[in-house]
Amino acid sequence: MNPIFKILSSLGNQVTSRIWRLGSAARFFFLILIYSGESFRRIHLTIREIYFTGVMSLIIIIVSAFFVGMVLGLQGYYTLQKYGSSESIGVLVALALLRELGPVVTALLFAGRAGTAITAEIGLMKATEQLSAMEMMAVSPIARIIGPRFWAGVISMPILASIFSMVGVMGGYLVAVPIIGVDHGAFWSQMNVNVDFRFDVINGLIKSVVFGVACTIIALYEGFDAPPTAEGVSRATTRTVVTSSLTVLGLDFILTSFMIAH
Amino acid sequence: MTQKNIVEIENLSFGYDNRMLHKDINMVFPRGKVTAIMGGSGCGKTTILRLIGGQIKPKAGQVSVDGKIVHKQDRQGIYELRRKMGMLFQHGALFTDLSVFDNVAFPIREHTKLPESMIRDLVLMKLNAVGLRGAHKLMSTELSGGMARRVALARAIALDPDIIMYDEPFAGLDPISMAVICDLIRTLNDALGATSIIVTHDVEEAFSFADYIYFIADGIVAAEGTPKELSKSRLPFVHQFVHGEKDGPVPFHYNAPSYKKDIYESV
Repeated sequence: MNPIFKILSSLGNQVTSRIWRLGSAARFFFLILIYSGESFRRIHLTIREIYFTGVMSLIIIIVSAFFVGMVLGLQGYYTLQKYGSSESIGVLVALALLRELGPVVTALLFAGRAGTAITAEIGLMKATEQLSAMEMMAVSPIARIIGPRFWAGVISMPILASIFSMVGVMGGYLVAVPIIGVDHGAFWSQMNVNVDFRFDVINGLIKSVVFGVACTIIALYEGFDAPPTAEGVSRATTRTVVTSSLTVLGLDFILTSFMIAH
Repeated sequence: MTQKNIVEIENLSFGYDNRMLHKDINMVFPRGKVTAIMGGSGCGKTTILRLIGGQIKPKAGQVSVDGKIVHKQDRQGIYELRRKMGMLFQHGALFTDLSVFDNVAFPIREHTKLPESMIRDLVLMKLNAVGLRGAHKLMSTELSGGMARRVALARAIALDPDIIMYDEPFAGLDPISMAVICDLIRTLNDALGATSIIVTHDVEEAFSFADYIYFIADGIVAAEGTPKELSKSRLPFVHQFVHGEKDGPVPFHYNAPSYKKDIYESV
């Protein structure tokens, strides 16, 4: 075959297989929504998963948020003092966290901490025929296994992002006020005046809900679709992190442009 | 009217992509009997169980369970049929996040609204039947292979199914566990008045408890009969399989071009 045709056909193959996977993931997403009623009837399972995905991610979220906040405080002060507006440091830290860093970094950490765990768990359940066994017992794995994990991810993400922003502000405060010596009152009052609840806080929360849906669906789908072998599960886990990270960053751009245009 | 055969497979063909696994297979599984499906690895024995359970659809022909054609049922219909079935998977497929007790209680909790005290009695009764009542507090990850298989069996019979399917129940077990499972298959079948379908390649065990045996080779039913009839069979495939001969109708070598050609081509 002509080498150009070869390249074109392999490119075509890649594109069609990616589109096929996207369609299959969308179908998977709709199935989760359809089975949500059955999932919510077993609410204790969702609560248990919130513990595993949300509560167990708290340490990494809090520690990261604290450091991110402190770095923001340092970098912000360094730049702002050149313009004589170092009192605005509180606004800078809060806006950066609420609008961008809170939702985005939380989603990236969530994909690495909880997303990989979800993919590996579902992939191994598939490899050890636990999902087939459930199917044969006339219990839908989508309702019993996938649904609770999906809703746990969607509920946990905005809460984690809010905690991230809150702890980040504390980190920024620690660097700016006690260490550098910015005025305590100016730090909080400027933040109070310049942070808009609807435009900054709610928009940040909307982002984190969207990221929560995206990261959890990707993790669940990769696990559910993984070939039932050791290699298959390991590849799926890697794909979860890569796809989730790129999706979060891409979606962040799209959402931000809509929010700013609005 | 109750049918004589609880499961009937008629002119069944199934395959993946272009490779046909089964070609025009016919089988019947009479009520109350223990029927074994035997054949070499990869001949599609387990696939037959999956077709009976409605996890996959045939390319041609049909599988009927209790008079209902499996692949023509909607999801609800398939789930109703599955409630009449219990399946023991090759490695047990126990839920690793649940204890032995919760694993056996799982189908009862999902499909009935029985009070917890009654569920406890039922679970302990099922575990007692497989000799593991004393292990009900253990986690499924703490069990040996043989014990896991027995717990899975207790789970498979939790709702007193009409059909019990076993996928390679003896694979990787020590002789004692093997004898225990062997005994349980026959005992449970007769005690529950169920019908058992066993997929296996363990000749000695299958011949010791099965009422009827199907041999599958090259996608067709190569031989069938009672263990007595088959042990006397002069069919070359059955002879090779039953006596474990390394060469015969099933060749030792995988299909390949001539050795000479392969050697010279690599130079």
